[in-house]
Amino acid sequence: MSREATNGVPCGARVLTLDTMNPNVRRVEYAVRGPIVQRAVQIEKELREVTFKTRRPGTTRGVKKPFTEVIKANIGDAHAMGQRPITFFRQVLALCSYPELLEDNKFPEDAKKRARRILDACGGHSLGAYSASQGIECIRQDVARYIERRDGGISSNPDNIYLSTGASDAIVTILKMLVCGEGRDRTGVMISIPQYPLYSAALADLGAVQISYYLEEESCWSLNVTELRRALNEAKQHCKPRVLCIINPGNPTGQVQSRQCIEDVIRFAKEEHLFLMADEVYQDNVYADGCKFHSFKKVLFEMGPEFSSKVEMASFHSTSKCYMGECGFRGGYMEVINMDPQVKAQLTKLVSVRLCPPVPGQALLDLVVNPPQPDEPSYSTFMKERKAVLADLAEKARLTEEIFNTVPGITCNPVQGAMYTFPRIALPQKAIDKAKEQGLVPDMFYCMRLLEEEGICLVPGSGFGQKEGTFHFRMTILPPTEKLKVVLQKIRDFHLKFTQEFS
Amino acid sequence: MNHGTALLWKRRALSSLSTTRRGLPKEKMSENGMMSRAKVLTIDTMNPTVKKVEYAVRGPIVQRAVELERELSEGMKKPFAEVIKANIGDAHAMGQQPITFFRQVLALCSYPELLSDSTFPEDAKSRACRILNSCGGNSMGSYSPSQGIESVRQDVAHYIERRDGGVPCDPDNIYLTTGASDGIVTMLKLLVCGEGTMRTGVMISIPQYPLYSAALAELGAVQINYYLNEEKCWSLDIPELQRALDEARLYCNPRALCIINPGNPTGQVQSRECIEDVIRFAAKERLFLMADEVYQDNVYAEGCHFHSFKKVLFEMGPEYSETVELASFHSTSKCYMGECGFRGGYMEIINMDNDVKAQLTKLLSVRLCPPVPGQALMDLVVNPPQPGEPSYERFIKERTATLSTLAEKAKLTEQVLNTVQGISCNPVQGAMYSFPRITIPEKAIKEATEMGQLPDMFYCMKMLEETGICLVPGSGFGQKEGTYHFRMTILPPTDKLKILLNKVQEFHQKFTQQYS
Repeated sequence: MSREATNGVPCGARVLTLDTMNPNVRRVEYAVRGPIVQRAVQIEKELREVTFKTRRPGTTRGVKKPFTEVIKANIGDAHAMGQRPITFFRQVLALCSYPELLEDNKFPEDAKKRARRILDACGGHSLGAYSASQGIECIRQDVARYIERRDGGISSNPDNIYLSTGASDAIVTILKMLVCGEGRDRTGVMISIPQYPLYSAALADLGAVQISYYLEEESCWSLNVTELRRALNEAKQHCKPRVLCIINPGNPTGQVQSRQCIEDVIRFAKEEHLFLMADEVYQDNVYADGCKFHSFKKVLFEMGPEFSSKVEMASFHSTSKCYMGECGFRGGYMEVINMDPQVKAQLTKLVSVRLCPPVPGQALLDLVVNPPQPDEPSYSTFMKERKAVLADLAEKARLTEEIFNTVPGITCNPVQGAMYTFPRIALPQKAIDKAKEQGLVPDMFYCMRLLEEEGICLVPGSGFGQKEGTFHFRMTILPPTEKLKVVLQKIRDFHLKFTQEFS
Repeated sequence: MNHGTALLWKRRALSSLSTTRRGLPKEKMSENGMMSRAKVLTIDTMNPTVKKVEYAVRGPIVQRAVELERELSEGMKKPFAEVIKANIGDAHAMGQQPITFFRQVLALCSYPELLSDSTFPEDAKSRACRILNSCGGNSMGSYSPSQGIESVRQDVAHYIERRDGGVPCDPDNIYLTTGASDGIVTMLKLLVCGEGTMRTGVMISIPQYPLYSAALAELGAVQINYYLNEEKCWSLDIPELQRALDEARLYCNPRALCIINPGNPTGQVQSRECIEDVIRFAAKERLFLMADEVYQDNVYAEGCHFHSFKKVLFEMGPEYSETVELASFHSTSKCYMGECGFRGGYMEIINMDNDVKAQLTKLLSVRLCPPVPGQALMDLVVNPPQPGEPSYERFIKERTATLSTLAEKAKLTEQVLNTVQGISCNPVQGAMYSFPRITIPEKAIKEATEMGQLPDMFYCMKMLEETGICLVPGSGFGQKEGTYHFRMTILPPTDKLKILLNKVQEFHQKFTQQYS
């Protein structure tokens, strides 16, 4: 090979480098699995080595830690933290995976009935067949009926339902559809600060413009239309705002928006001609007294045809959260409302390229929207398990808020819903300076310290966005109650120590 | 109307003028004179690259097939009793049975209470336990690491080492994916950069599996076509690669070379020499190599053998194995498993820049992780029952039966289609499709053009309406100008396949006569 460049690639250099890769991808960040989590995984490995080595006296490799385990309170993964799956769901999935079990009298009739129904809807009666790209038809019908029941009878058309690989998949697909234009005409997408960083990541990847609107920490992370308007008007100068995203119940902030607020948002979207994206994956995770989940679809239709026939909307749900916590199955759906038929055809075409969402996830979703009914054998176990999970989460939400609010320098809004707390932390100026010296954002510096000293992995608020000059972290409320209490106490102790160290 | 409303309308009318000038959403006058707005998201305001995407395997002809199925089920009379979907490589949909062992383990993983059930063999239980122990909270419902469950990646690495005669494989270079499609699109996304004549160009075979053309359209990358040689059983010629590359350099920045082996839709299994030539070409021209090997167990023809790009690369010595950047892809959807619905897959990355690798890992983390049941399934594919284990015999029997049935059907298909005047079919050396060339009479071409249809789409549509057989026209995959083909899967059960082939034969003769 000659020493000169070939194909623009200098001799000895690679074809694919940081400089020659997709520049949008370089801009993508996803804090929930970012650098702090990578460090946590490293520490876990080191801990394992220590454990192994201590079984063999005389060896000294491995770094000893002031803790024996890393607690990953960074990600909304309920099962990883010990939450149990719903028995009925797993029975049906087992029956679908290995239909010979339909002869096994260990399984209740209602589980078998659902399994048969799902398998009948699969090609060759197998979970292994591709499904239709929009998702198995009878499941979409079941989803539509679920939505109708949830929304007090407002009709849902199965043709408007698209099953997806988790909610993330559908969210990114819709954002992708919406992005167009160049320069000042580039699509702008409104998203809350703080937000779940899938949104910022997707917008970076797609080269769309992120338009941040701030939730109001002082009033429990409420959404103010005045703030929406401010953000929008500023954004109009440098992009073409076309979309408004809202996460309700909120992530990371946990607020459950009032019905009034949802109406206001819908009104705003209509006035300003924005496509509404309602991320509702935590719709069953509502804990606080007086709080209630109001679906955007329901409110939209209750506002009358002036809105319900006009506002274009997509709402998203998933099998990963609520009381199921089945993250690994990657089940989800979106409902699209008032979408232009030609665009819908394009959407259907786009999702066909990936063939179909995972069929086990589709099956699971079917069970979520079509759970055991009062007259069925599995009903009472199902209700018991469901209630227990949700009650447990509610208890942990309350406990978390309570304990954090006893710590000087930590203020925690009520965890009204979802599965996280996003408390504000006061960081001493000296700590901020030290962070800067190390090239770290202050709340990352804080969280890294917490990880190294206590083995607790949280995600710094900077990963979600926050008002300039404020600092937060996001912690899940998912560890089992006893462990959660220990975690909360350790954080309290850490915070006091940290504050003292840098005073 | 009242004064206030009139004022409102006037204001809106005025503002609509200025909004038009500003390029903001226009208001339009509808029939009743009421001002109505265009939607936010229309065909004109949506992502333009998405509009360019086509995916023929599930395109218009399949939509019509689904419609016909509906009409049949509603009792409408048709010249056929059922629609046969020979358009898509979905084995289970066509009656192929899953591997018992795999489904036993998946059931155990889904509902671990079954671990105390004596009807399950010990080897299934031990695999299930191993998988569950690698899952958070011992549950398939946990997210896995974004790169995939570590023990599964290790098993994949061991599989690759065994397959490649000991050539080492680092589990850190293995990424589990949501089917192979996911991995392929992710790699293409990483590779795309530049503007105008510096825009990334990606070489892909004609004919190709239209995931590639769809992904390139969506990413706004430049597709560089290299033609496979139909006369020589769809072989790949280096001079043709060179021609395509040299031409492409005038209008884009060619950076990647994709090859599907065994081929889809064409079914050829490339010789070892061909693979060496391709590697040498990629090295010389500094191209990132993407080897789509999802059909690696689907090899039927005598004398044909699957040679993995990784193996050949390493056997060519360090001059190549230390420099050529390669990604190879595999899936649980094909081979003898046919588990399309589980969306299992992996890619192995060779010689990737470390910084880029970190970016890849970061990019994948946004989608959290591939479906865990699919990861579990992949683990079983790469770690199947071993001699001496209770499930071994049954496993081998099922695997052998599936592969030999496919081999038989491959042969049958080639044979029957070649008896038809006006159809010529290359040997189906591997994969699961035949891609025969069809002669379409001039009159038919004319009528197709009048109807605004491509000739082979016209042909396939007619076949669908008259026989209920759904194939995909060759134009969906690409073909040499002036030639026509269709892609048909060899997946229907043998008896049904025979009927299908006869119907295709009859249709072709009738069609040819009709348009003579």
